[in-house]
Parts: sequence; C-alpha cells; structure tokens
Amino acid sequence: MASSGFELLLQTLPQLAGGAAQTLAISALGMLFATLGGVLYGVLATLGNRALNIVLQVYLELFRAIPVLVWLYLVFFGLPIFFALSIPSFWCAVLVLALWGASEVGEVVRGALASLPRGQREAGLSIGLAGWQLYGYVLLPQALKRMTPPTINIYTRIIKTSSLAVLIGVVEVIKAGQQIIERTYESVLIYGALFLFFFIVCYPLSAASRVLERRWAHS
Amino acid sequence: MTLDIAFILSTLPAFLKAVGVTLQVGLIAIATSLLVALVNATLLVLRTPYLWRLVKAYVELARNTPLLIQLFFVYFALPSLGLKISGFSAAVITMTFMGGAYLTEVLRAGIEAVPRAQLESGRSIGLSEGQLLRHVLLPQAGILSLPALFANFIFLLKETTVVSAVAVPEILYTTKNYIALYYKTYEMLTVLTLLCVLLFLPLSLLLRYVERRLQHGQFGI
Repeated sequence: MASSGFELLLQTLPQLAGGAAQTLAISALGMLFATLGGVLYGVLATLGNRALNIVLQVYLELFRAIPVLVWLYLVFFGLPIFFALSIPSFWCAVLVLALWGASEVGEVVRGALASLPRGQREAGLSIGLAGWQLYGYVLLPQALKRMTPPTINIYTRIIKTSSLAVLIGVVEVIKAGQQIIERTYESVLIYGALFLFFFIVCYPLSAASRVLERRWAHS
Repeated sequence: MTLDIAFILSTLPAFLKAVGVTLQVGLIAIATSLLVALVNATLLVLRTPYLWRLVKAYVELARNTPLLIQLFFVYFALPSLGLKISGFSAAVITMTFMGGAYLTEVLRAGIEAVPRAQLESGRSIGLSEGQLLRHVLLPQAGILSLPALFANFIFLLKETTVVSAVAVPEILYTTKNYIALYYKTYEMLTVLTLLCVLLFLPLSLLLRYVERRLQHGQFGI
C-alpha cells in the first residue's frame, strides 16, 4: 500500500507540478505588484496631503473590511458586467492579490517611514534633495530593515491566499490535485501532498521573517 | 443598468439567515479557538515536556498552510478514512484548527511581553506562583494581547467566507447560489458588498480605535 501510494505520487507528479507552477506564478506576480503598489502607497501616505490620505484610507478600509475571497468574486463576476471587461480567471486572481497585498504592504511601508526620526526628512530637504531623491536615498533605505520582516510575512499570506483562485476556476495546484483524486480516489494522499507543498513553500519564509525581525529588532 | 430592488427585497430573508450562519460559524470558531489557544499557550509558557514541542509543530503547520486546504482535507479526505462530517462541522473544526494556532501565538507573545521585572518584584514581595499568575502575569498579558486578539477575531470572522466552498450557507454561498439560479449578478454582488461593509467595517474601525486607546494607555505607564 505504501509503495503504491508512493508510485501514485510519482505518476501524478507532472500534473501536480503543472498546478504548482500556476500557484507559484499567481503568487509571484501578486507579490511583485503588491510590493510595488505597497511602496507607492507608503510614499503617498507620508507626503502629508490631506485629500490623498483620505483616498488611501478608503482604499485600505475597503480591503480590510471586504474579505479577499469576496473581492475575488467581485472582480471575477463584476468586471464583465460593470466594465464589459472579461479577463481570464488567472489574471483576476493576480489582480486581487496585488490590490489586497498592496494595501497590506502599504500600511507596513507607511508605518516604517513614519517611524523614522523627523530630522531625516528635514535634513534631506534642507540640503535640497528632490522628493524622489529624499525617498530613494534617505527615507526608504532606512525604513528597509523595519519593513522587510512584516512584508515577508505578507508574502506567505499571499501564497496561502492564492489557493482561493481554485474557487473561480483557475487550474492551480488544488485543482490539479482534485483532478487526480477524481481519477484515483486517493484523497488523503493527494490532500496530504498539497498540505506539504504549501508548508514547504511558506515555512522557510515565515522562519526567515522571524529571524530577520529578531536580528534587526535593536538596530 | 438599474438595480432590481424588488428582487433584492425578495432575497433579504435568505441573506438575513446567511448573516446568522456567518456569525454562528465565526463566533463558535472564535470561542473554540480561544479555548485551544489557552491550553496551548499554557503548555508553551510552562514548557511542559514534549507537549510544548507538539504545540510548536501544530502552530507552524496550521499557520503555514491555507485554510482552504485544511478545509478540503477535513471535508473530502477524512471521510475516506471513515469520518463523515457535515459542511458546518468541517467549517468549525477547520477554523478552530487554524484559529487556535493564530491565537496561541497571540497569547504567547502577550505573556512574553510582560517585563520580567514584574515577575521578579512579585516574587520578592512574597507572592505565591498562583498569585503571581492571577494578579500579575495574566492581567498584564491580557491587556497586552487584547488588540492582537481582537484583530484575529475579526480575521476569523472574515475567513468564514472561505467555508462557502463546502456549501455552508453563509453570505458568500448564498450570493453564489442566487447568481447561479437567477443570473442577478449585479444585484447580488451589491448586496454582498454592502453586507461585508456593514458587518466588518465597524469592527475594523473599532479595532483601530482600541489600538490607539491602548497605545495612549501604555505611554501613561
């Protein structure tokens, strides 16, 4: 039995790997855009523009109040009827992960920037740095240590949340697993393998986040 | 495009029931998670031999895998081992599995955040271990972990939408059902969005308020 289970896993590995590649692609794109959007959010939120802050606050609260799965359905069902726009479910998932992730990373970046001493900004401005120079050379590099550990944590959440894409029909790793189960009825084995897959991807990231947080706690 | 108000009104009783299911799953899961977390955090803090390692392993496993996989495992894989359970039970069991791990971490962090000097001064004025726990450690740890606990409660409540995947008739499942039956996508998405904002936004704003208040409290010490 044990060997047949092992053989089955070997046989189905290509199909699972195909699904896993989709999962990782969605997650990686989500992380990339979440990071870019998050840094933009953090910079905009620390400019001190009142109107801009209200807009960002509304964006943040909408993504905090409405669960990601609901956003997934809103985009998946909503884009076609509201904007006559039909995008593949893969890109729906990337879009939602990016927007949600950007709100999460954005709050982290904003917090890290806000925690820097005011003198840093003032000193930068007084030597005549332009806005992008101030952020690019002075503020963001200093905030980097503070924002990296929590951002890595958000990455693990993005990877875990990417699993929801199966519910709008993306053929990612869970769907691949379900297709194999339909053929073989080996649900314990396959779901066990899926468990392991996500754990192997996420655990090193959460461990790294913890180590970095401890190491940089005092600097 | 106009909203079919009459249709929305006709679905309201069903959505009211769905909100009930969402709250039911969420509140039960919060209560059971808290129970699991209290036991686990005690085992962790006391370093109970062997058991604390087991707790650590459980916390890492539950926190590093998606709720959806955990849910599918309980709902689809356990029956083939002879354990057949309803969608509702699967939802509560899975959310307790995940929530218990998150809350364990919160409580542990809260207990560890109490300054050691507090324990030492408690001992030095002759408090027994029990008194130390009751009067010094737990009250302070409780306050320290309150915002994180509250944040996790809201998180768990929002995660109930995921259990729609195993046909638990909560708000998202009800929405999908109506869309599939009547193609009233526009109306149903509007109702779903409004429900989420009504249910979760006040909680999220309250959390922000509590966090700010407690921060002021801590500066006062």
